[in-house]
Amino acid sequence: MTKVFIGCGAGFAGDRFDAAVPVVRTLATRPGERFLIYEVLAERTLAIAQKLRREDPEAGYSPFLDLYLPLVLRDCAKQGIRIVTNMGAANPVGAARRVQGLARELGIAGLRVAALTGDNLLDTMSADEVRDQPVIEGLGLGDRPIVAANAYLGADSVAAALATGAQVVLVGRTTDAALSLGPLLHVHGWDAGQLDLLAQGTACGHLLECGAQVTGAYFADPGFKDVPDLANVGFPIAEVARDGELILTKAANTGGQVSRATVIEQLLYEVHDPFNYLTPDVVLDMGEIEVEDLGADRVRVSGARGKAPPSTLKATVSMDAGWLGEGEISYAGPNALARAELAAQAVRERCRVIGVKEQVRVEVLGTFALFDSNAARRRARVHRPAEGEYRVRAAVRSSERRVAQQVSDEVLSLYCSGPAGGAGVRQHVTPQIGTASILVDRKRVQPQITLLEHR
Amino acid sequence: MNTVTVALHALAHARAGDKGNRSNISVIAYRPESFPFLLEQVTEARVLEVFAHKGARACRRYVLPKLHAMNFVIDDALEGGVNASLCLDGHGKSFSFLLLGDIEVMVPASCLPK
Repeated sequence: MTKVFIGCGAGFAGDRFDAAVPVVRTLATRPGERFLIYEVLAERTLAIAQKLRREDPEAGYSPFLDLYLPLVLRDCAKQGIRIVTNMGAANPVGAARRVQGLARELGIAGLRVAALTGDNLLDTMSADEVRDQPVIEGLGLGDRPIVAANAYLGADSVAAALATGAQVVLVGRTTDAALSLGPLLHVHGWDAGQLDLLAQGTACGHLLECGAQVTGAYFADPGFKDVPDLANVGFPIAEVARDGELILTKAANTGGQVSRATVIEQLLYEVHDPFNYLTPDVVLDMGEIEVEDLGADRVRVSGARGKAPPSTLKATVSMDAGWLGEGEISYAGPNALARAELAAQAVRERCRVIGVKEQVRVEVLGTFALFDSNAARRRARVHRPAEGEYRVRAAVRSSERRVAQQVSDEVLSLYCSGPAGGAGVRQHVTPQIGTASILVDRKRVQPQITLLEHR
Repeated sequence: MNTVTVALHALAHARAGDKGNRSNISVIAYRPESFPFLLEQVTEARVLEVFAHKGARACRRYVLPKLHAMNFVIDDALEGGVNASLCLDGHGKSFSFLLLGDIEVMVPASCLPK
C-alpha cells in the first residue's frame, strides 16, 4: 500500500533555513510519495507582502524563498520529492516564476511549477464589500485602509494544483493544514465525504505546520522535559497510509525527540474547542484521538473524527494600525532595582511633559513584567532583589510615527539624563498591521491554478 | 495518604497560543495518576483568577481524558492581542509558565514524576 511521507522544512517565516536538508535526505530513502512543505505565512507577513507587491508587481512573494529553496531544490527534483509551500504569499505566480529562475540557475531541466491563486478577495471584491462581511474575531474594520484581505483556501485546491503534475506548488493563503492534507487528497484520493480520513489528514497537517514544535522544540524545560541535542533539532516527517494511519517521526541523524508529550503539546497548540476545530475541508474532533509512543522517535496518532465543514470560508483582513515605539535600557550591580525604577519614573514623567496622549507602558524587566499588565497589578507580589540586573522598557502605540519615536527617544536620553550606570539602549519603531477575521461565501472565492513549464 | 502541595509545574506541562485577544493554554499531566486531581483542582475559576489582572473575563475548559490533557480558552487575556498590546509578550506565549507557576495542587506524593 502506498504511503505518503510529508516532511516539514519551516514552521514560520524566519525558521531555520537549512532545517529541510536532513528532512530531504531522510525522505530520499523512503519508498512512496514524498512531499516537503514549508509554512511561512503569518497574517502580518501576508499584509507586508501585499504592500511590497503594490510597489513592484513582480514582488510580493516570500523574500525567504531565495534562502530556503536553493538548498533543496536540486535534490528534491532529482528524488521526485514535491514541494508545497505558501511562499507564494501575495504573489504565487511571481514566486513560481522565481522558482523557474532558480531552476535555471541550478541547472535543473524541465521543472514544472504551479501557482495557486484566488485567495485574494481584493481581486474580486471592493474594499467596501469586504467591510460588509461579518467580523468574527479581532479588530473592527472601521474605515481604516485595508492592506490585504485573503480567504483561507482548502486542501482541495492544493490537491488540484498537484494534479497538474507540478513538482513545486506555490500557494498564498490556504489553511496551514491544507499544505499536508492537499498531498494526501491527491495521492490517496480521499473524497469530501470521507470525513474521518480528512480529519486524520487535518490532524497531520496541524502537527506538522509549526515545524520542530512537534519534535522537541518549544518544549524543553531542563530537569522536567529534557530534549537531546536541541541545537540540532530535527524537523518532523509524517507517514500517512491510505486508511489514515498516521505516524509522526523526524529527520534521521538529528537532535530533538518525538514523544507522546511533544505530540500532545502541538496537537492542542492554538486550538480553542478541540471537539470542533474548523477548517474549510472538515471540522476536526480531537475528542477520541489517541497518541501512542512507539519508541525510537515514532508516535502513532489515531482516532480523529470529522464532521461536515462550515458553508462559509474564513478570511483575514489586514489594516494599517499605526506604529509601535519601544526603547530599553539596562541597570546592573548594587542598587540596580532602585536605579531602574527611578529611570522608569523619569520616562513616565517626561512623556507627560512632552504631551504624549497615548497610553505609555513603562516597566522593569526582571520583575516578571512579562506576566504583568499595563496597570502593573502583579508586580507588588513578586520578590525583587535590590542588587541584580534590570532592564527598563517603554512602549507606546500611536497612529503617528513621530509619537512612537518620541517615546523611544525618551529612553535613549537616559544615557546622559537618567540615573547612574544606564547601559545598552536599544530602540525599535515599527509599523503595525492590525487584523480581523471575517466570513465569506464560498461562491465569492474561485481558486485558480497557473502552471509554468520550463522548456 | 501522604499528600503534597506543589506548583502545577511539577505535575504537568503546558503550551500557550493566541488568536486575537484570546489565549489558549493546554495543560497535560506527566502521569495519568495525577490527572483526576488536576481535573478536580485546576478549574475554570482558578485559571481565570490567574489572568484577572490582564483583564480576562471568561475561561472555558475542554477536557481530553485520552490525552490526560485540558485546554483552557481565556477571553480578553491579551490586553488587546498582539496587534494592540503594549506587553513585551503580546502573544501571551509565556502564559503557560505563568499558569504552571501560579496554581498549586494537592496530590498524593506518588503522583510526582519520578
